[in-house]
Amino acid sequence: MGFRPVDEIVGKYQGKKTALISILHDVQDQYNHLPEGALRKVALKLQMDLNDIYGVATFYKSFSLTPKGKHSITLCLGTACYVRGGPRILREMKKDLNIEPGQTTENKQFSLNAVNCLGVCAIGPVMVVDRKYYGEMNAVKAKRIIERMNKKGNGGKS
Amino acid sequence: MRIIKSVSQLERWREQIISKQKLDGVVISVCGGTGCHAYGCKGVKDQFAKNIRKDDAEHKIRLKFTGCRGFCERGPIVTIQPQGVFYQRVQEKDVPLILSQTIEKGKVLDHLLYEDSTKKRKVASEKDIPFYKAQHRLVLGNNGLIEPTKIEDYIGMGGYQALAKALFEMEPGQILDEITASGLRGRGGAGFPTGKKWEECRNTPGDYKYIICNCDEGDPGAYMDRSLLEGNPHSILEGMVIGAFTMGANQGFIYVRHEYPFACKSAEIAITQARRAGLLGKDILGSGFDFDAEMAKGGGAFVCGESTALIASIEGKIGEPRSKQVHTVTEGLWGKPTNINNVETWANVPLIIRQGSQWFSSIGTEKSKGTKIFSLVGRVKNTGLVEVPMGISLKKIIFDIGGGPQNGKKIKAVQTGGPSGGCLPASLFDLPVDFDSLTEVGSMMGSGGMIVMDEGTCMVDVAKYFTHFLEEESCGKCLPCREGLKRMREILAGITEGKGNGESLSLLEELARVVADTSLCGLGKTAPNPILSGLRYFRSEFEDHVYRKRCPAAVCTHLIQYSILEGDCTGCGACKKICPTQAVEGDRKKSHRILSELCTKCGSCKDVCKANAVRVQ
Repeated sequence: MGFRPVDEIVGKYQGKKTALISILHDVQDQYNHLPEGALRKVALKLQMDLNDIYGVATFYKSFSLTPKGKHSITLCLGTACYVRGGPRILREMKKDLNIEPGQTTENKQFSLNAVNCLGVCAIGPVMVVDRKYYGEMNAVKAKRIIERMNKKGNGGKS
Repeated sequence: MRIIKSVSQLERWREQIISKQKLDGVVISVCGGTGCHAYGCKGVKDQFAKNIRKDDAEHKIRLKFTGCRGFCERGPIVTIQPQGVFYQRVQEKDVPLILSQTIEKGKVLDHLLYEDSTKKRKVASEKDIPFYKAQHRLVLGNNGLIEPTKIEDYIGMGGYQALAKALFEMEPGQILDEITASGLRGRGGAGFPTGKKWEECRNTPGDYKYIICNCDEGDPGAYMDRSLLEGNPHSILEGMVIGAFTMGANQGFIYVRHEYPFACKSAEIAITQARRAGLLGKDILGSGFDFDAEMAKGGGAFVCGESTALIASIEGKIGEPRSKQVHTVTEGLWGKPTNINNVETWANVPLIIRQGSQWFSSIGTEKSKGTKIFSLVGRVKNTGLVEVPMGISLKKIIFDIGGGPQNGKKIKAVQTGGPSGGCLPASLFDLPVDFDSLTEVGSMMGSGGMIVMDEGTCMVDVAKYFTHFLEEESCGKCLPCREGLKRMREILAGITEGKGNGESLSLLEELARVVADTSLCGLGKTAPNPILSGLRYFRSEFEDHVYRKRCPAAVCTHLIQYSILEGDCTGCGACKKICPTQAVEGDRKKSHRILSELCTKCGSCKDVCKANAVRVQ
């Protein structure tokens, strides 16, 4: 892979070093994670130390150096979701998918994330599956959504 | 779009917009806030668009997809003007009915109205709904009236008139005096006087200056900044241009969390539109003043809400704070003088310039002026965004606007100020909500999260939650914060697991003091607040965990048991079917039983029980 889209992405930000975080967001959107080769190319293009780029890529939570699953499940653990039972949903999801937050199932179907607030606090607990927001969740409802997705695709428990 | 080169052109444009709007006839507004999105508002909007097109009614009905209207819990929300009808929980299937009945015949649909449960009656208009009645929506009010992607809607509401006034009728010094006299204080948390901050930045010599709008809104449980930026982005931009003119800034940034995809989009669109209209860029409105703005995206780090960490993040670096011996107003972004204000603060600026400092300072208390937007969430009946005058009591917010308890459980506390704040007990609910009163009792205003907690919330668990949150979000630069939080979280986790002993609480208090005194930035300095306020107001709950190995709220899994109440169980079998560990036994139509040795306390049985027969103790 020549990581050609990286040229375009860096070009979009006129090769500005200060746009590094935005650039990494776009690279991640393109490849579903931050591949090493792409980061090397970003470093070259921005004339930055790969070390510094690695630092940024690992400091901010939204970046992942490993490939993410086909479906992303994000559970909100902001205070409002927390006091309405968010942790219990996470516990069940972890058990069901057999992974910890931040990890991806072995069959690369699901990535599980727990975040500190999605700003949809009024209807917590909130879960986001592939960018679709679900409000007033509980463990049972969450399980059913995952089951439905499993049936639709070829996904399964790892 | 046209380029506006003078105040008279702006005025002419506005008049044209207004006369065009008069031809709109009926306006249907569908709330497009993130909360309503979760309930399917996009489908509702698309349905309206399809049906209006089908009926060939585009010339007489204007469909608006607005920003958040605040009453998120009742979404999707649809309002119809000029009748002023407020529909809630609208589904796609309701759309044809609304068009044929309400729009065509003026008939109000009863089943879509809000029901005021205290008076057992249906309410047709927004202003009569208790949730909105006690509010004073100065900043948030226009959210429901304008379409955020249409600059014309904002101009039509008098948008950018404050900018015109500032550029042509006022000197920068006068604007500064006006902001200072208004008593506006920073809405991001600390409540620093905005005028003072602006003055310092203005007085700092420099050939290039920056201003930043902080939309990193990291406090969990707060989402007013997101809703403002999504719903009324031009009000923020207008505030920023006025601020830039006052301080002599050349460039602005709107720093948005990447977790807010709609807000990022909204900010980008607004910047592009303002630039095209000549309201950003060179020679704004023909005044000779140059200023431009752009958006910068965050990367998911709570600490980046702190000004020096935020600056590092915009510079493309790791978001580590630095010591604040030198203030950002003198040395900030790329070493240049930089003024940072929060979204809500910027949104207040055009209001003050247009209506005057005297008007603004007539609202609120002696030292906290204007209104404040809170996100009233958690275990309370009506949840959403509420904008109230400063000084209103907690009781009024929680009971009059919020409608009191959610499930008949007694409300025992409210958490304000995010992870830097604290939990206040119900005995303090008469307290006026302003910057100083909340700080006095050991919490703070923060950015405006107000999370209501009831008997079912465990205060030790809440303290553990915040400490864990901050442990994860600590950047790790200074030792007290990095190590202290970890140890405090370990002690709290031990207590919730029944491993607390006589020394646990005193050790916690000692550590909390050290972390507060010796951490580098605000994150660490305020990190022990949730623990200290918990111990101050809810000590008996901590002691129950430590000495009696009991969780009164029935939350801490190590200390609780699930059981089924024999008399209440209908024997439907739902719990037996859902239980992942086959810990429920019982025959159909007969009372069921939970086998505690197999039970993992996942709570699924309680989720599915329609008879409410599952007890947790």
